[in-house]
Amino acid sequence: MIAESMYQELILEHYKHPQGRGLRDPFDAEVHHVNPTCGDEITLRVKVDEGKVLDVSYEGQGCSISQAAASVLHELATGSTVEESLGVVDEFTRLMQGRGQVEADEDVLGDAVAFAGVAKYPARVKCALLSWMAYKDAVVRSA
Amino acid sequence: MFDVDLIRKDFPVLSRELSGGRPLVYLDSGNSSQKPLQVIDTMRDHLAHHYSNVGRAHHTLGAESTAAYEDARDLIAAFVGAPSRDEIIFTKNASEALNLVAYAFGNPIATDERFRVGPGDEIVISEMEHHSNIVPWQLLAQRTGATLRWFKVTDEGRLDLGDLDDLVNERTKIVSIVHQSNVLGTINSVSPILARAREVGALMMLDASQSVPHMPVDVTELDVDFVAFTGHKMVGPSGIGVLWGRRELLEAMPPFLGGGEMIEAVWMDRSTYAPIPHKFEAGTPPIVEAIGLGAAVKYLTGIGMDDVKAHEKTLTEYALGALGEIPALTFIGPRTAISRGGTISFTLKNLSGDDIHPHDVGQVLDDAFGIAVRVGHHCARPLHLRFGIPATTRASLYLYNTTDEIDALARGLHHVQKVFG
Repeated sequence: MIAESMYQELILEHYKHPQGRGLRDPFDAEVHHVNPTCGDEITLRVKVDEGKVLDVSYEGQGCSISQAAASVLHELATGSTVEESLGVVDEFTRLMQGRGQVEADEDVLGDAVAFAGVAKYPARVKCALLSWMAYKDAVVRSA
Repeated sequence: MFDVDLIRKDFPVLSRELSGGRPLVYLDSGNSSQKPLQVIDTMRDHLAHHYSNVGRAHHTLGAESTAAYEDARDLIAAFVGAPSRDEIIFTKNASEALNLVAYAFGNPIATDERFRVGPGDEIVISEMEHHSNIVPWQLLAQRTGATLRWFKVTDEGRLDLGDLDDLVNERTKIVSIVHQSNVLGTINSVSPILARAREVGALMMLDASQSVPHMPVDVTELDVDFVAFTGHKMVGPSGIGVLWGRRELLEAMPPFLGGGEMIEAVWMDRSTYAPIPHKFEAGTPPIVEAIGLGAAVKYLTGIGMDDVKAHEKTLTEYALGALGEIPALTFIGPRTAISRGGTISFTLKNLSGDDIHPHDVGQVLDDAFGIAVRVGHHCARPLHLRFGIPATTRASLYLYNTTDEIDALARGLHHVQKVFG
């Protein structure tokens, strides 16, 4: 059964019990991103203070991959510095766009390494990246 | 005698095993059908022994290639009951056939009144169209200032003809609707719309991409003006489609694409055009694909389209029953096998009532069981918007599918509900 390589227990766990879901105040920037091919969408807010990410809050709908990715992003980014979190985004993007050929840096990615299997499915890479690209966009706008 | 086991032997891919020992369960023929050996061998034989250009090659191979290409036209004309072989225009696909007709309207070089379109004129389509029968008409409306209007769809997934007389009126130039919906499976009743179109002097076109592969379709009996369909959904190759049109309309229409073989004579400042069908076949056509489509209709004729239709009706009834028993599965389209084909779309929730996204459904069906379905909006986004959903999962059946495969799908969907439970 190949599905196991994509639907890691950790992904399903985040999908069923999303962390930090819901839009919260205060925030410095809010963005709305959609994936037109499948209708997945996310609204995401960030609150940044002196280079530190105080909160990432979000609301969205879509497949398990896109929803779990948002939950993992919330966990990784909240409480870290903007710089660190963008480093994680870059590493996650590199992993997702690596067509399954890229070795993930687990020290940088933490739980996000569970998405490694998604990289083998080109149609699903955008699902995993949706919230992460929204986050990058929101951080830029918050500056 | 229709024997699905024998038919399956004609399609080599159906006995393929996917990695991990998963047998292939192909339920995506509405997207594109598989090909029988009869088509594959005909195309291979032509490429290996007879190939050259058609029409313009004056040698033995040219004659053989031209004969095979034109024989395919004869086979297809007979398959859809066209009064004349010249009314069968080879295109790249159904989209090109629809565009060919749309571009005949509002073209300044068209002198026939029926193809003049401007502000105040109306074009009528429906909410259940594939994008290929929406966008060409939107473009026509934008080019000419005409108004695009559409039939609505009922909650059961039928065309709402309640405002037929208002929608199709003296300002209507053309009505273009789908014969069988690629999402709902609904087979539309053509005659009431056609009668109204005739009453007001409008032309009528059918997108028959999902009907010609699955049931006997006779263009003379349908009595509409244009019919579009495509080869790859009817056990033929991709890259070849067909426009059927009434001779006198095709003759009155301006050419679509200009180029080789569509001309009679060319001067530096003007040209005259070849008679139909060649007027609409500029450039070297998809030769081997046309010949492959000829082999496809020969294959389907050999089996018998009445039998294909009957087999799919049995499968559809079985599938609506088997899938209907799955809790939290909602059909998008008619729930009975009356006036509907074997294209079955649905949404699925887990047993706690949470939506399971079609992408997750399709992925698990494929990865765990080798079941190929289509997920998404199936190039019919407005229809999904009408039902307030971003996407559906769609199983589409064909002559080579079995009730065992439907059972596999039902088991697969129960598993999906467990994974995302």
